Amino acid sequence: MVAIARKADPAPHLGRSRAAASLGRKARRNVSAHGFLIGAVLCFFFFSWYPMYREVIMSFQKTQLGVTSWAGWANYIRIFHDPTFWVAWRNTLEFTVLALIVGYAVPFFVAILLNELRHAKGYLRCLVYLPVMLPPTSALLLFAYFYDPNYGLFNDILHTLHLPTSQWVQSPGTTIPSMAMISVVIAATWMNMGGATLIYLAALQNIPGELYEAAELDGAGLVKKIRHITIPQTRLILSMLLMLQIVATMQMFVEAFILTNGGAGVNNNTLSVVNLIYTYAFALSGASNYDSASALGVVLMLVLAIFSGTYLWLTRDRDHG
Amino acid sequence: MMAGITVVAALGLGAAACGSSPAASSSASGHVTISVDCAPPASSAQQHKEWNEDVATFEKENPSITIDSIYENPCEVPASFTAMLGAGTEPNVFYTYFTDKDQVLDAGQAADITPYVNTKTVPMLDDIVPSAMASVTAGKTIYGLPTSNYTQGLVINRQLFTEAGLNPNDPPTTWAAVEKDAAAITKLGNGIYGYGDYSAGNNGGWHFSSELDAMGGHMINPAGTAASFDTPEGAAILQALHTMRFVDHSMSPTQQLEWGALQKQMAAGKLGMYIAAPDDIYNVIVPQDGGNINDYGMGPIPTATGTPAGSLSGGNDYMFAKRDTPAQIEAGIKWLVFESLTPGQGVYFNFARQKADGFPVGFPEPQLFTGSTEAQYDKLLDASATINPSYYSTFANSRETPMGEPVDAQAVYKTLDPVMLSVLTNPNPNISQLLATATSQVNQILANSG
Repeated sequence: MVAIARKADPAPHLGRSRAAASLGRKARRNVSAHGFLIGAVLCFFFFSWYPMYREVIMSFQKTQLGVTSWAGWANYIRIFHDPTFWVAWRNTLEFTVLALIVGYAVPFFVAILLNELRHAKGYLRCLVYLPVMLPPTSALLLFAYFYDPNYGLFNDILHTLHLPTSQWVQSPGTTIPSMAMISVVIAATWMNMGGATLIYLAALQNIPGELYEAAELDGAGLVKKIRHITIPQTRLILSMLLMLQIVATMQMFVEAFILTNGGAGVNNNTLSVVNLIYTYAFALSGASNYDSASALGVVLMLVLAIFSGTYLWLTRDRDHG
Repeated sequence: MMAGITVVAALGLGAAACGSSPAASSSASGHVTISVDCAPPASSAQQHKEWNEDVATFEKENPSITIDSIYENPCEVPASFTAMLGAGTEPNVFYTYFTDKDQVLDAGQAADITPYVNTKTVPMLDDIVPSAMASVTAGKTIYGLPTSNYTQGLVINRQLFTEAGLNPNDPPTTWAAVEKDAAAITKLGNGIYGYGDYSAGNNGGWHFSSELDAMGGHMINPAGTAASFDTPEGAAILQALHTMRFVDHSMSPTQQLEWGALQKQMAAGKLGMYIAAPDDIYNVIVPQDGGNINDYGMGPIPTATGTPAGSLSGGNDYMFAKRDTPAQIEAGIKWLVFESLTPGQGVYFNFARQKADGFPVGFPEPQLFTGSTEAQYDKLLDASATINPSYYSTFANSRETPMGEPVDAQAVYKTLDPVMLSVLTNPNPNISQLLATATSQVNQILANSG
């Protein structure tokens, strides 16, 4: 067979037109989806990406008498020299670790328990999720009452049981862990564990029952089953929720804010990084400084971004690169 | 077609999510609308009624002006106020504390109303006390009009004093006497405490400032460059509070209190004494919290010697938004003169109406005027007085010298909140360390805003 040299396409524009037409047809077929997507993209743009961009810009600016000018690194230097900056980071890390110990493990074991129960499953799931459905402010105001050193329910119960009472969130100690921070963690865990519990429960219910049957035949008890079957089978969910929980707890604000009536606790022992951002931005009135608040916000964003990136890289699926 | 509608609808939803908040406006036809905040909400029934009556009367007399009332209580929450200025969404005529002037100027949100303020538009202008006008003036530029001022004293529950075997006509004037009387009142039991103070919401620092001023101290040095509260007087105040809390147990274990909490306790008959201005009684304790006017009295702020060197003096005013048109500024000034500055009318000075509506009348506050306006004010007040003036005589006779609020007041107060909270919740506070740390923080604030 004689090879015939292909001549150059005499009408390349027709090929491009065909590709464009094909793209146009695809776009028209999906215009509804694109239409709704535009709305979401616009919302993300105006409420998420643009504010982030403005935050970075503002962190390098200063405003006086309504006039904004370039400030260079001044805002960053200012916040790093503020003693409460280091206190806030220490408290935030303290909250994160405590919340992980309590708020990460407890939902998992509650999910295991719920998975084992034969009766009233639906009712118990609803009960576990109920605190999540409460508006956070309402739940925290409830806890503020529970924690009142004079009239609160918790001290009332302790007093009835002849146990020592506590000042709870008004405790003055700053040693780690402080009673004040433990009080905040208890409230935060109660409010938020329902969601994690249901996610874990869904993951548990996807574990093939045959694995547990085989383990039972081999004489494995509950602890061994959890260690060798449950945890490995839910590894991905556990890993993802761990990262999400760390990122969420590092941004703790509303719990400490409501429980301390907008303050930072005794001796600043519940002051978090986001609380400090709020203080810089709004709570100092005439000395309020959006620019310092933006600088601290950028620092927090970078810390969380570096953490998330590192975590995802370390936990990547090496078989698939 | 449907696809096109879908796109438009989606875009519309996206745009609607962004939201907007249009301000009140003036129209080309000469009619002007102004938004005014701090109108009493419906929950303060009588005051709400009086405000609405005044708006109706004013609009009838001035048919080209419409008042768009913004009902709220409290009138200002510092954090929200800062955010409002940052966004530029303040009403046309907006309520501020005396201490907010610099913040409003710094945010570029204050309108210069100097060309519109004179003795024709504000007939009582020359009689307004200079310290009140200073709070709305920068250099020679006027940015607002003051509407009330205050000094503070010691509010007492006369009923509890009597039950505890104390003389309600002789309130304590020294911290030692306050401790003694508070201990006696606490012995009544049943959840009653002798003394209360704030430690949250910037109010702890505010009260500490007031208590220090009475002792002859100052929060900030005269140059406004450094904190000056780390003194024996400051330490003495904190020690007195700590002693009442942890030695005498005459203060409640529930702390972290902010404005509003002590008034409720006083109205409920659960609190013997706390520091406040007289308007706490006639604006909050009696009308809102249901207290009995005959149960209260006042003495001067406690000191070491019994004679206050002065009292933190503050007040409130209204300023004008930068975006206001000249017509709106003129209308706003007219409204403020009608509602807040003319003896015999308005929300503060229509004493006959207040008496008819069951409000207590006759308190020695505000002291906004001098000269002929003050004389007219006093005459109208005496004619409608309902309180027993002897219950407030030791406060009135102490003639506390008004002392202005410190530079960057709200930031300073916020910084002192944790100090107050610490002495009221920590059995073993290091008072000198607390004051030293707060001094360093306040110096940083002053340096940053300089």
